Amino acid sequence: MAAETSSILLIAAQGVAASAAYLYASLGEGIGQRAGVYNLGVDGVILMGAFSAFYAVYSGLSPVVAVIIAALVGLVFGVIMAFVSVTFKAEQGISGIGLYMLGLGLSTLLFDTLVKTPRPVSGGFVRVPIPVLSDLPIIGPVLFDQTPMVYGALLLVPVAWYVINRTTPGLNIRAVGQNPQAADAAGLNVTRIRYLSLMVGGALAGVAGASLSIAQTNIFQQNMTNGLGFIAVALVYFGGWSPIGILFGALLFSIVTTLQLWIQTLGIGISPSLISMLPSIVTIIALIFAVTAYKTQTPAALGVAYRRDEN
Amino acid sequence: MKARLAALALVTVLALVATLTGASRPTTAAQATAAATMSAAPFKVSKALKVALITPSAKNDLAWSQSAFDAWTKIQKEVGANLEITVSENLFMVPDAAAAIRDYASQGYNIIDAHGTQYGSSMFDVAKDFPEITFIYGTATDNGGSKGFKNVFAYEARAEEGGYVNGIMAALLSKSGIVGVVGPVNAGDAKLYIDGFLAGAKSTGKLKKTLPPIFTDSFGDTAKAAEAAKTLISQGADVLTGSAQQVPGAITEVQKAKGYWFGTQSDQAAGWPDTVVAVQVFDWVAVYKDIITKHLAGNLGGASYELTLANGGMKIVFNDKVKIPDDVKKAGTDAITAISTGKTNVRAITQPAATMAATMSMMATAAK
Repeated sequence: MAAETSSILLIAAQGVAASAAYLYASLGEGIGQRAGVYNLGVDGVILMGAFSAFYAVYSGLSPVVAVIIAALVGLVFGVIMAFVSVTFKAEQGISGIGLYMLGLGLSTLLFDTLVKTPRPVSGGFVRVPIPVLSDLPIIGPVLFDQTPMVYGALLLVPVAWYVINRTTPGLNIRAVGQNPQAADAAGLNVTRIRYLSLMVGGALAGVAGASLSIAQTNIFQQNMTNGLGFIAVALVYFGGWSPIGILFGALLFSIVTTLQLWIQTLGIGISPSLISMLPSIVTIIALIFAVTAYKTQTPAALGVAYRRDEN
Repeated sequence: MKARLAALALVTVLALVATLTGASRPTTAAQATAAATMSAAPFKVSKALKVALITPSAKNDLAWSQSAFDAWTKIQKEVGANLEITVSENLFMVPDAAAAIRDYASQGYNIIDAHGTQYGSSMFDVAKDFPEITFIYGTATDNGGSKGFKNVFAYEARAEEGGYVNGIMAALLSKSGIVGVVGPVNAGDAKLYIDGFLAGAKSTGKLKKTLPPIFTDSFGDTAKAAEAAKTLISQGADVLTGSAQQVPGAITEVQKAKGYWFGTQSDQAAGWPDTVVAVQVFDWVAVYKDIITKHLAGNLGGASYELTLANGGMKIVFNDKVKIPDDVKKAGTDAITAISTGKTNVRAITQPAATMAATMSMMATAAK
């Protein structure tokens, strides 16, 4: 019994650790979508953030500086997305895919040029148990014996919720995403708010990449996200555009992903391909319940370019 | 309207930039190394040849794709300007690879190496239309001869052999008596290697527990490979192995846990010098040289090649920076000898039914 409890806690702890990258990326994407712009290029931005952070540590910089660099790189990509989608009003899906290809290609080119072959870095984040809290039964090892990147991701959830729901900037973001015409008429600068939202979203996607390359794995490899960014976009929908919902989705997906790895070591005779479908199946089932159980807060103007001269 | 056109132009430019800077950009090695050192009997080609290599992952993936790229690069250095190698990498999606294969054929390339099992049917479609070009692919044994193809070579690596050797050493080296495997999918070259590894490990009688392999269901999910390694390590494995380009994630976790790693396909020791004990390296050079020679003699296809320990196509490369007990290394080298001399038939151990069927078939043919 003790061994089984220990295994369950290990699975939960590993799952929580793996959720950090999803959380950063999804919360950032959520902010952009609340302002009315969806960015399918998140995966490419994460790759750029992952490479930037990895290369910073590889070059001898501290992991904290590496995260800042990754955030800045992500912010620049957020500006690119805003320039294309908000200023030039390009179809957001297409421009997002273009951004993804840019991030994928550029991160691969930089890696091939500057690093050349996969190699680990030793200066990334390590686990930092929080005194007293990490000794608590059950939640101690699961939540309070993690890397600083995980703590940051978990703390970001209530911060994001508070900013979006209880502050004036958050109200402005929601207004712009819900009814940009009315927001404009009320004196809000729709363009500026969407730019800032995408920049924050890009920065958080960059931080998600840093979490992947210098906390979760300590390595960078071409296209190492393997679609993580697209799952992060899906988690925004899953979470009903709420940071709490996104947290639930990210934890569910990550913990079940870890669980299916453990299940494979039991040798119970089920095909690994079937077992690996578990995270997606569980997430879909949870989504069905979520959609029927509570009203989501879909931004009414999501995906629609705002044209002031037409209103 | 103007704004829309401008936006479309910008997106197109972005996409073009991404494509030009992206991973599937052909690269040439023709200009490399005029100053390369030539061996006493350099391999020569009598006329200029153009070779295209198509790979499912990056040419520097420390795995399957790199093994082919390294071999072609080595030959090109030996031959010089008469051999031009062009690479299209990261073409995991078969339709993309199919387009590249046909494109190279249309451009008049002499030899096209579609380095991936999944490319088989697409490659045969193109080979049918270009009978004057030599097509090669693997992991495969079917060279299309029974279907009338005369311009296709197939190749495979008997990865189970090196896997068996690695498995023996891993089990003897493990202090916990538990070894772990991180695999991509349970098919193809990965399955051959993993089955061989587990058979070798079990043959020592030293395992306290046999953990089933963890398959990530992906070849390139570095983070999931890392998570798989963490899972195995937390269950007591202190010596691990794995296959595909995702393994750097796993090896890094093994390094953090101060464990050991046995690799396959390409040498991984440089990145993890204190962790990688030995690697089964695929050396395609002899295969490719034979194909070139045959092509130049007008024989464009019709043979299937195997890399084995006996013919030197596979080598177990030990990392000198990791000191292992002499008896462990000796067990490994003894296993290599036994396999190379035919005393140990690893395929018969890992695929007894298939081996029996093949033997019966050979006997029936001989009796006729």
